[in-house]
Parts: sequence; structure tokens; C-alpha cells
Amino acid sequence: MLGIFLRRILLAIPVLIAVASITFFLVRLAPGGPFDADKAVSEQVLKNLNEAYNLNAPLSEQYFDYMSGILVGDFGPSFRFPGRSVTELIMTGLPVTFELAIYSMLIALFIGILSGVTAALKRNTFLDYIPMSIAMIGICVPTFLLGPLLVLIFGINLELLPVSGWGQLPGDKILPSLTLGFAYAAYIARLSRGGMLEILNQDFIRTARAKGLSEKMVVIKHAMQGGLIPVVSFLGPAVAGLLAGSFVVETIFQIPGLGRFYVEAAFNRDYTMILGTTIFFSFMIVFFNLLSDIVALWLNPRSRDT
Amino acid sequence: MSQSSSLWSDAIRRLFKNKAAVAGAVVLIVLIVLAAFAPWIAPYPYAYQNLDLGASPPSSAHLLGTDVLGRDLLSRILYGARISLLVGFIATTVALVIGVSWGIIAGYAGGKVDSVMMRIVDILYGLPFIIFIILLMVIFGRNLWLLFLAIGAVEWLTMARIVRAQVLSLKNQEFVLAAQAMGVSNFAMFKRHLLPNILGPVAVYATLTIPQVMLLESFLSFLGLGIQPPMSSWGTLIKDGVESMEEYSWLLIYPGLTFTITLFALNFFGDGLRDALDPKTSE
Repeated sequence: MLGIFLRRILLAIPVLIAVASITFFLVRLAPGGPFDADKAVSEQVLKNLNEAYNLNAPLSEQYFDYMSGILVGDFGPSFRFPGRSVTELIMTGLPVTFELAIYSMLIALFIGILSGVTAALKRNTFLDYIPMSIAMIGICVPTFLLGPLLVLIFGINLELLPVSGWGQLPGDKILPSLTLGFAYAAYIARLSRGGMLEILNQDFIRTARAKGLSEKMVVIKHAMQGGLIPVVSFLGPAVAGLLAGSFVVETIFQIPGLGRFYVEAAFNRDYTMILGTTIFFSFMIVFFNLLSDIVALWLNPRSRDT
Repeated sequence: MSQSSSLWSDAIRRLFKNKAAVAGAVVLIVLIVLAAFAPWIAPYPYAYQNLDLGASPPSSAHLLGTDVLGRDLLSRILYGARISLLVGFIATTVALVIGVSWGIIAGYAGGKVDSVMMRIVDILYGLPFIIFIILLMVIFGRNLWLLFLAIGAVEWLTMARIVRAQVLSLKNQEFVLAAQAMGVSNFAMFKRHLLPNILGPVAVYATLTIPQVMLLESFLSFLGLGIQPPMSSWGTLIKDGVESMEEYSWLLIYPGLTFTITLFALNFFGDGLRDALDPKTSE
């Protein structure tokens, strides 16, 4: 068991180094310098800028400088926001994105597990069909369509909730979290329904029922622990999806989070910012994948003693 | 051969019984025909502007209304269908080719080759591909073919896993062993014996990949990193619709509805195909 964990962690290190290196060289491949889009700057200014950002050094030196910077959490200066470092910008946006992700995930887990487990227990009744049809909608309607539709309905037509911002008006966190969480609620509902159906047919559930446990105990104590393993395994990859979703949701609702910074950096060709956030995102995703693998392994009694 | 054809005819019979799947297939066929003949069907050219008209609600001249530049929305949705479906099919084909070859080679070769190849897949699985696609689009410009390739290059991983698992289970069956004993070449083995037997799962997964790919394309277009104007995909139409939805809600609703219906159709058809080919999963 411990061996598996260690192997996973050891495997993650070369992956992270590879990601950082590939990203670094990809960004260096980009045509044109980072200062091209600005107003025409004189030869001398350009030279000084390149000097200031250490772009004249040999590529290998830049690479090692950058990689050793990452180790201490230094992603270099931002090209577009002079005087601010990429790390600073990431730290400004991260708490907002993190909060958004937590709310969305809580919504998704609550709605998803509740409806998935109910659907499995009340199989082939309307308590199964209706949530599962809604889940299908959740999977088919993309975030960038659902968000604007919610804004149109609750924000503009009914005037119930604010249509943009984060933490400025009461209730302005509801629509973004709901938008981001809905698709995950749908996936989680499907996964937990499938997982529960499989578990409910197994012998140990029959045993639990036979020894006279109440249905509630059977479900909560015995079935859910195994039935929800697929959900736990899904949570790691879901983080990657949450990030991609945050690009859209933060753009739609004008939330000053990391996702919006990233999209803006992509438009402004703020290369150091793109580089820094890409590496940062990759680290987070690899980390959460690892975490969810470990938790899923730990939850599964069959793999516990190997 | 007779066994495999009866498998398929059984599957088709089951597929026709599944109403959601049939409805999905009908919607898809209609869409593909409309998209293919868009230049003849669409009432206006996609870039034709009538600035005097501006954004006008649906009327008899413009069934779904016009956008802020006075362009006919129905025509733009029809032309957008070409791009969106094309991205769906081409990127899925790219994913199919890479994934199937990778899976067959890994599964058939076995041993070290297999474990190295599958370890690569495992590693790639853990990477934030959406970010890499954005990175590629930023660095190399917003090129349609690059978009196909980038999306296809991302979506092959699951395909490789599915195919490998199938090949592993086929590898030790008598007919493969018999073919090996008769000295059939590797290529003939793939073509004659392995490929026909993995076609089912591959077809199912391909159908379910198309909506994923279309979502990815429209996601990028929505962020402004995909298809560039005056061309339009459904993603760019939805993006334009969002920008003016407060005054002109039809610009968001119709493209959004078209896109959602298409995704529904693809998912229903894919699910139906899976159930038809593998009756066990529909239990």
C-alpha cells in the first residue's frame, strides 16, 4: 500500500519537470518577442527591456534560471504588468478561484450524490428517471451556455441575482458557483448511481440486510463507502475540468480569479504569465490526481492490504 | 465471419428498438445533410451584411432573425454546423487513428513495449491538456488545422486504453493463435483478425468522442481562441450571442439550442450504440 503511494509520488516528479520544460520551450518557440504588440519602441528601449528581463542570456542559462526559480516559487516578472511578479498575480487570483471551485464542488457533491444514490435505490421509478434526465441535460449543456442562460433568466428577466462580480453584492456568488457546479453534479449523479447499483447487488449487502440492519444503515454504512469510490476517483480529474470551467465562468461573470487572468494573459501574449500559470495549473492537477488516486485506493478494502 | 455479421445484425436490431438512439440518429442525419448542402439551403451567404437592418428579431425574411451586423442567423447557424461538425469528425478521426494504432501495438506486442507505451498514456492522462491547447493556439496562431490536430492529439488516450484491453483479450483466443501458427504476418493479423473484432468498442467510443471534441472546439471559440470571424462555428455564435443577449436574446437562444440538441443526439446515439453492441451494460 505504502509502496504504491511512494511509486505514484515518485512518478509525479519527472512528469512535473517534463511539463515545466515543455511549457518553457514552447513559449520560447512563439513567434515574435513579448514586446512586439506594444507601441513601436525604439531599438535602445527594446534592448534595455530584453536586458531587464534577461532575454539576452543563452537559452540554457534562462532555462536553468527559470527552473531553479520555480523551486522556490518564483515565476519571474510579468511582461504586461511591470513591477509585479507572476507569483504575486497568481496569489491574487488563486483565493478567488479556489473559493469558486470549493462552492461549485460542494454544490456538485451534494446534488450529485443525493440524486445519484436516490436514483439507484428507487431504480426505474420517476425518482430515477427525472434526476437522470436532468443529469443528461447537465452533461450536454456546456458551461458557457448554461452561465449566460442563468444570467438571462435570474439576473436580467427576474432580476433576482446580480449578474457579475464576486463578493461585492449579496448573492453574487450563487450564479457562478451554480454554473460551474451543475455539470459536475450531473457526472457525479451518474457515477454514484452506477457505483451504488453495482454494490447493492453484492453479497455483503445481502448479509447486512439479512442480519437485520435498517435500510438506512445498509445504505449509509455499507453501500455508500464502496459505491462512491468512482466519485472519489473522478474528483482528481474533475479539478482539471474545474480549472477549464473557471476560465469560462470567470470570464462570463467578470470574476477576478486565476482563470480570467490566464485567459487575459493568453490574449495579451503575456508570456511569463502564461508560462507561470500553466506550470502552476499543471502542478495542481497532478497533485489532485495523485490525491484522489490515493484516497480511492485507501477506500477500497481490496487494495488496502496489498 | 458469419458470427461477426450476426453480432452486427443483432446490434442493429437492438439499436432500432432504442427510440432515443433512433431519434438521435435521425437528428444527426438531418444535420449532416443540412450542413453539407448549406451553400444551397442557406437563405443568405454567411458573411452577407445588411447594416440597415441591424439586429432584428425573427421574421419571415429572416426566420431566426439577424445579428448586430444584419447577418441572417439561420444561414450562420447552417454554415457554423459545417465547421462544428467538421471539427467533430476530423479531430475524432485523428484521435481514432492514433489511439487505435497505439492500443493495437501495445496490446499485441505486450511485455516491455506494452508497459512503456501504457505508462506514457498514464502520464499524459494526468496533464492539463486544455491548458496546452490554449497555449498552442496562443503560440502558433488560431489555425483551423492546428485546432483539429491539437484536439485530436488530446482525445486519443482513452481510445488507446480501450483498444489495448480488447487486443489483450483477443490475443490468446484460438483463432489468433491459429493464425500465428500459420505464419500470418503482423500487418495481416491486424487487418484481418484484430481490427474487425475491436470495431464495436471503437465505434462506440468514437461516437461518444465527437460531442467531447465539439464541446472543446466551441469552448475555445467561446474564449476567442478558436475559429476566427467572419467564419463561424457554433461556439463563436454563442459567444456573439452572449455579448448581446440583454437586448437580442434570440442570438444566444437559437445557436445554443442547436448546439445542445446536437450534443443530445450524439450522446443518445452513442449510448444506444453501446447498449446495442454490448447488451450486458444496458442491464
